[in-house]
Amino acid sequence: MKNWPLWEVFVRSKNGLEHRHCGSLHASDATMALENARDVYTRRMEGVSIWVVPSTAIMASNPENNGEFFEPAKDKAYRHPTFYELPEELKHM
Amino acid sequence: MKENLVQYIYGIADNALILGQRLGELCGHGPNLEVDIAMTNIALDLLGQTRSYYQYAAKLSGENATEDTIAFLRSEREYKNVLLVEQPNTDFAYSIGRQFLYDVYHLLLLTELQNSNDETLAAIAKKSIKEVSYHQRFSSDWIKRLGDGTEESHSKIQTAINDLWTFTDELFHQTDADKAMVSAGIGVDVTQLKEAFYHKVSEILQEATLQIPDMKYFQKGGKQGIHSEHMGYLLADLQYMQRTFPNMNW
Repeated sequence: MKNWPLWEVFVRSKNGLEHRHCGSLHASDATMALENARDVYTRRMEGVSIWVVPSTAIMASNPENNGEFFEPAKDKAYRHPTFYELPEELKHM
Repeated sequence: MKENLVQYIYGIADNALILGQRLGELCGHGPNLEVDIAMTNIALDLLGQTRSYYQYAAKLSGENATEDTIAFLRSEREYKNVLLVEQPNTDFAYSIGRQFLYDVYHLLLLTELQNSNDETLAAIAKKSIKEVSYHQRFSSDWIKRLGDGTEESHSKIQTAINDLWTFTDELFHQTDADKAMVSAGIGVDVTQLKEAFYHKVSEILQEATLQIPDMKYFQKGGKQGIHSEHMGYLLADLQYMQRTFPNMNW
């Protein structure tokens, strides 16, 4: 059991919402990962759907690269669509 | 009639209480965090079911009976659970084997109990069946994983199944209260579940590459209140608080 791979768990809290990452767990295969996720992460009615993904399948950005990855976006305020005038009737933007 | 109904309810509910207690012993001792939570979840499902049954039994009994007096203040002979559920957590294979054998029986029982003339029992069965379907999925999966796993896991689960097999026949025995409740259209005729039980169990064991034990002599007694040597220790744990500090609560 020490060698069981790690899985990332995504739970959809209700229909219409997206699956959100809620944690990780160990399991020997996908079926067990799904059942473990059910027991560990949805015991308090947190979800209506679960995805599990092998952690190794995730390619993550390297914090060392944060400078070149994210900082250039800081002074590009024009990329936010805040310069449009919205019609009065439009309420939920 | 009323006494038979109460005894009939004990016959179902005590199984859930005692198995729940056994699983509760594993809290913090599971083989890993995920399985630990899964097994204690099952324990809590069973305790929830127990409460529904005991509340109903307490109402029928009247006097000063409550779900707590029924759970904590009976003597060993008054518990009517089958021998299977009181067997100890010898190792993980025993816990899974015991769970699996009980789950298959439990699901068959509840499926029939949904048709009971007694509305309360039918409602409890209906509510519990989703939980128990998951229990059976969990334990069957583990039977297959252990059976079809490594040489060591195969041998351990085979040993556990062989040892626990002797307690399976009792599941299909009828007490006098059972018989009375079957005639009244309230109880489930457990003798009718036997074939489906061994069929389902054999199917999973075969899938798990395990041998189906060939046994002619079975143990019985729990349904009559005659328990195995493990029961006293279990009740000592279960009842300790109420026996030491009567009426305490928090």
